[in-house]
Amino acid sequence: MTPFDLLLQQLINGLSLGAMYALLALGFTIVYGILELINFSHFNVFMVGSFIAMGVLHLFGIEGQSVLLHGLPLVGVLLVVLVVTMIACGFLGVIIERFALRPLRGVKGPMAMITTIGVSYILSNVVLLTQGANEKNYPNPIPHWSFYIGGINGARITVFQILIWVISTLLMGGLFWFVQRSRLGKAMRATAQDPDAALMMGVEVNRVIMTAFFMGSALAGAAGLIFSLYYNFTSFGIGFSAGLRAFTAAVLGGIGNIPGAMVGGIIIGLIESLAGQYIAVKWADVIIFSILVLVLICRPAGLFGRLAPTKS
Amino acid sequence: MVNTHYGDLHVLKNVNYRLDQGEIVCLLGGNASGKTTTMKTIMGIVRPTSGSVIYEGEAIEGLATVERVKRGIAPVLEARRLFPRMTVFENLEMGAYTRKKGAEFDQDLDRVYSLFPRVKERRDQVSGTLSGGEQQMVAIGRALMARPRLICMDEPSMGLSPLYVEQTFDIIQEINRQGVSIFMVEQNAAMALLIANRAYVLQTGQVILSGSAAELRENETVREAYLGEMQGGH
Ligand SMILES: Nc1ncnc2c1ncn2[C@@H]1O[C@H](COP(=O)(O)OP(=O)(O)OP(=O)(O)O)[C@@H](O)[C@H]1O
Ligand SMILES: [Mg+2]
Repeated sequence: MTPFDLLLQQLINGLSLGAMYALLALGFTIVYGILELINFSHFNVFMVGSFIAMGVLHLFGIEGQSVLLHGLPLVGVLLVVLVVTMIACGFLGVIIERFALRPLRGVKGPMAMITTIGVSYILSNVVLLTQGANEKNYPNPIPHWSFYIGGINGARITVFQILIWVISTLLMGGLFWFVQRSRLGKAMRATAQDPDAALMMGVEVNRVIMTAFFMGSALAGAAGLIFSLYYNFTSFGIGFSAGLRAFTAAVLGGIGNIPGAMVGGIIIGLIESLAGQYIAVKWADVIIFSILVLVLICRPAGLFGRLAPTKS
Repeated sequence: MVNTHYGDLHVLKNVNYRLDQGEIVCLLGGNASGKTTTMKTIMGIVRPTSGSVIYEGEAIEGLATVERVKRGIAPVLEARRLFPRMTVFENLEMGAYTRKKGAEFDQDLDRVYSLFPRVKERRDQVSGTLSGGEQQMVAIGRALMARPRLICMDEPSMGLSPLYVEQTFDIIQEINRQGVSIFMVEQNAAMALLIANRAYVLQTGQVILSGSAAELRENETVREAYLGEMQGGH
């Protein structure tokens, strides 16, 4: 590979990883935008999503990387896995909100945030105790076809990477449409901007909050599936590092800011793969979090400066 | 007799207001007297610790805010409180949130646009960038989009230039003529008492005076405290 091809390759990989981080970052940002709550349970909703998707793939008889599907069966299976995982994770998020967080709504201080840490640990321990501690080989039915840019020695785009881009573009486009255009989406924005005023317009705030948790968690489920297909493994511990990077992406983009989380995710993905190529994989986190610290010092509201919503 | 507390703080102390259909009733009072708290109690943002809020013959103090909006009570909030990153049109849509879109929505939109041609011009502007006067128009328009039978306004004249204040009060009267009852919190007593039918004066959570607007304009306490000697002429 020429240096240029190498760079291109890392940009392609970074965009794929970045799309996954963006999906995960959106859940942090949507919930924060409405409740000013950093929801650490989101980390492990992502992890649970990876396991749910694995279960569904097993139901289709897909084990390891030996069963490959093509054409319509591939699209069908992936679609079912994706939809089931997203819905299941969505409900998990709604249950967490309803039973762990709603009782604490309006309580001042860090109580709700600490509760989300507790829920996060419960989720990871339940998976640890029921699924075991070892890393699991992830079932993956996607064939290893690739496209080469500039010949067989050039940069490579896999079918799976294209799938990642298509799926995440559709999901993020759908979310954006929902928030901008639908009635409930507008209620969501209104609640984020001025909860009391939204209430007095007749917005059912509980429904808005439930929707936010459902959508954020559903996207985390999609991210969990993509993560595990990408790295070919899952484990009860995957939520922490991926979650922390996605959270960083949300902060980079200005937490509460939906397009900001998307761009922030892409940036984190690019940094991770470029750092892996040109510095060393093990330094990726150091670089990512140094950039986070720098951004927070220089631009506390994130790159795309969204002031935190003012609550009365 | 309504009492409202914030924690241990007793804000409204045995207050009693009455508003008949079609009236403009004004609530005067200095800072921290409990005017906004009265508004919030009517809208259901805070619950009275004792007493009753009766609307169209029905006790509504236990109802959720949504239900009150559906029954035809709409707010114009203190300091406007538009959704700053939403467009003017989206703010108007939020006013009609509890109602279905359709012919009625379009009619109401036309009504708002004909009362405030300026709002129509600015409909795609992000509302946080509007001038204070424009924001007030949108805030009143947003309340009208709920097709309310009662509008509760919290200091509609706040921060407006004298010319705007006059225009705003004209519009409030116009809305009232179209059949909407108005409950209005004001510090600008001189203007408010000109358009109101009746008024209450609130002081540290207690109603110390009430009567027709004409009576209160003549009242010594009101003239000293709220009209000022200079503006008291007639
Ligand atoms: N959420 C709250 N929690 C605690 N105390 C509050 C709260 N809201 C208002 N208060 C207090 O209640 C009292 C009455 O407040 P309120 O907002 O009703 O006054 P107001 O008459 O509207 O004053 P202004 O003319 O300044 O708007 C004040 O002393 C205020 O500090
Ligand atoms: Mg007030």
